[in-house]
Amino acid sequence: MDIHEYQAKQLISKFGVQVPVGEVIYQPHEAVTVASWLNEDDVVVKCQIHAGGRGRAGGIKICKGQEEIIAEVDRMIGMKLVTPQTGPEGKIVSRVYIEKAYNIKSELYFCITIDRETGGNTIIASKRGGVNIEEVAEKSPQDIFKVKLGPGNKLLPHHARTISYELGLKGKIARAAQKNFIALYEAFTNLDSSLLEVNPFVVTDKEEVVAVDCKASFDDNALYRQRQVAEMKDDNEYDPLELEAARHDLNYVKLDGDIGLMVNGAGLSMATMDIIKFYGGKAANFMDVAGAATPERVAAAFKLIYRDKDVEGILINIFGGMMRCNDIAQGLVNAAKDVGLNKPLVVRLEGTNVEMGMEILKSSGFPITPVPTMDQAAREIVQLVKKK
Amino acid sequence: MAVLITKETKIICQGFTGAQGTFHSERAIAYNTNLVGGVTPDKGGMTHLDLPVFNTIAEAKKVTNCNASGVFVPPPFAADAILEGVEAELDLIVCITDGIPTSDMQRVRREMKGSKTRLVGPNCPGVLTPGVGKIGIIPGHICKPGRIGVVSRSGTLSYESAVQTSELGQSTIIGIGGDPVNGTNFVDALELFLDDPDTDGIVLIGEIGGTAEVDGADFIKSWGKKISKPVAGFVAGAAAPKGKKLGHAGAIVSSGDETADAKKEALKSAGVIVAETITTIGDAMIKAMEKK
Repeated sequence: MDIHEYQAKQLISKFGVQVPVGEVIYQPHEAVTVASWLNEDDVVVKCQIHAGGRGRAGGIKICKGQEEIIAEVDRMIGMKLVTPQTGPEGKIVSRVYIEKAYNIKSELYFCITIDRETGGNTIIASKRGGVNIEEVAEKSPQDIFKVKLGPGNKLLPHHARTISYELGLKGKIARAAQKNFIALYEAFTNLDSSLLEVNPFVVTDKEEVVAVDCKASFDDNALYRQRQVAEMKDDNEYDPLELEAARHDLNYVKLDGDIGLMVNGAGLSMATMDIIKFYGGKAANFMDVAGAATPERVAAAFKLIYRDKDVEGILINIFGGMMRCNDIAQGLVNAAKDVGLNKPLVVRLEGTNVEMGMEILKSSGFPITPVPTMDQAAREIVQLVKKK
Repeated sequence: MAVLITKETKIICQGFTGAQGTFHSERAIAYNTNLVGGVTPDKGGMTHLDLPVFNTIAEAKKVTNCNASGVFVPPPFAADAILEGVEAELDLIVCITDGIPTSDMQRVRREMKGSKTRLVGPNCPGVLTPGVGKIGIIPGHICKPGRIGVVSRSGTLSYESAVQTSELGQSTIIGIGGDPVNGTNFVDALELFLDDPDTDGIVLIGEIGGTAEVDGADFIKSWGKKISKPVAGFVAGAAAPKGKKLGHAGAIVSSGDETADAKKEALKSAGVIVAETITTIGDAMIKAMEKK
């Protein structure tokens, strides 16, 4: 799960990471109050959406004085912000963060992430912060410094010292940075985070080190014990169909094709997207009917996919190890009745009572094509959708 | 012989009396698996599915001499259940549970350092040796005894692979699971199959996210001419967009090395015959065997 920048800053500041003072607002008129209590010459006004690249897209502005702040907030709230990470459709801005601006001497990059190889965590740091780190890694890899910590290990003072020296910091600034690094690592492990990226930590003219941007992701599996994080979820950031799928415990991700998919198992679901691509089609979604594919779940999943306006045809690929195909077929036919199915539907079922299941589908009177293999199913649906 | 599960393996089920534990233990028994009992805290002394229930693994081991377990314990308690098995020095723990927090698995990884126990999973379909027995949820009837070793991150794709290779049959099927931090990896499974006299060829099924497939490819490259077995592979997620988590906690492309294409290239460069779709993995295996 991802959260907004301002929420991430709230969380990490509790662990001792230094962040600018600021406040989030939802309505333009609230800007007046914030601007007056902040009482700073310069403030930064920032659109809060779950995507990077906001600065260049006009989603972050430095403002002087109340009038400028109010005008900027007025412009931002409700605007559609398009960045390289939002996709062409962009995202509507509903929250704006106003915070103190600093006189910046230099910018650093600091990131903590899970290291799948070692089972521990990796810290990535660079003295070239404030820019796209992937570009830095590509063009000047010598400026990227990594520390790998074994599973369950802490970031110790000596690690923090080493990193600060590698970033070329000295004296008071180095000590301030070390304190921030250790605090951020504490936040990472205590909050079941999977990514904490501060880009940048700025070194100010007053020799402070401050986290002025923060991107945070959290382990979905641990949200049950991270209530504070779980409550920060912003439903506006998700596709409405994805939210509904989550309520039904279905793994659903909206994609940009036109063939709706319903599959049991994440791997088989990906492989089904792949085979559709292989035959020249494009999946409208990833869908793993996680857990047991009971007739009820299958029907709920089917209705959800059917509601997606981009879907021109549906492919169902169920490898039911143990469940009965006739039950699943009946669930599907009932769902087809409920929605008044009028788009092509290709079904591949594998499991016990396959023949009975196929027969139920064939005699349903709906445009359903039962096929025996996954390969044939993919070819069939791609053709049917192309014909339309 | 096969790997991991042989006729000598004595298996217990952790979370035995729960819904999942019961359902899949029934099927394991029907598959003639050497299941010798189960563990559910506070239910020791009971009999369940005609088998003894114990409070702890240590107790179960004393009575049954079990050396392997299948974990069907809910996510918040699963890491502890694994570590109980590690402490009891079981040879094999297969954890089926999906949804364990990553930091819990990091702790398991740390605690298991230097231990002799092998962990498979979590978030995996388990291990099955056709005709011998199984731990986990792989349906027995789709697997046939034979000489192909199958290792897969995805459960359903291991089933699909079993069906696609049913002409050849399988020595053992190992589902290593879809979590970012897990026990047995591709390299470990490849090593097991390479050393197994009953395995002639290996099917490796990977997916996007992480670099375990690339490590597997590097390991295959290191095989000498003398000790080497044909490998066929498939990597799911060629059509996956970057940055989206697809079902499995570990199935997400966060950098260029983690894409399906990059992994397929790595496997090809190691001499693996790579299937473009999962439905041709059987043909790829046959092709790989003919090449050798």
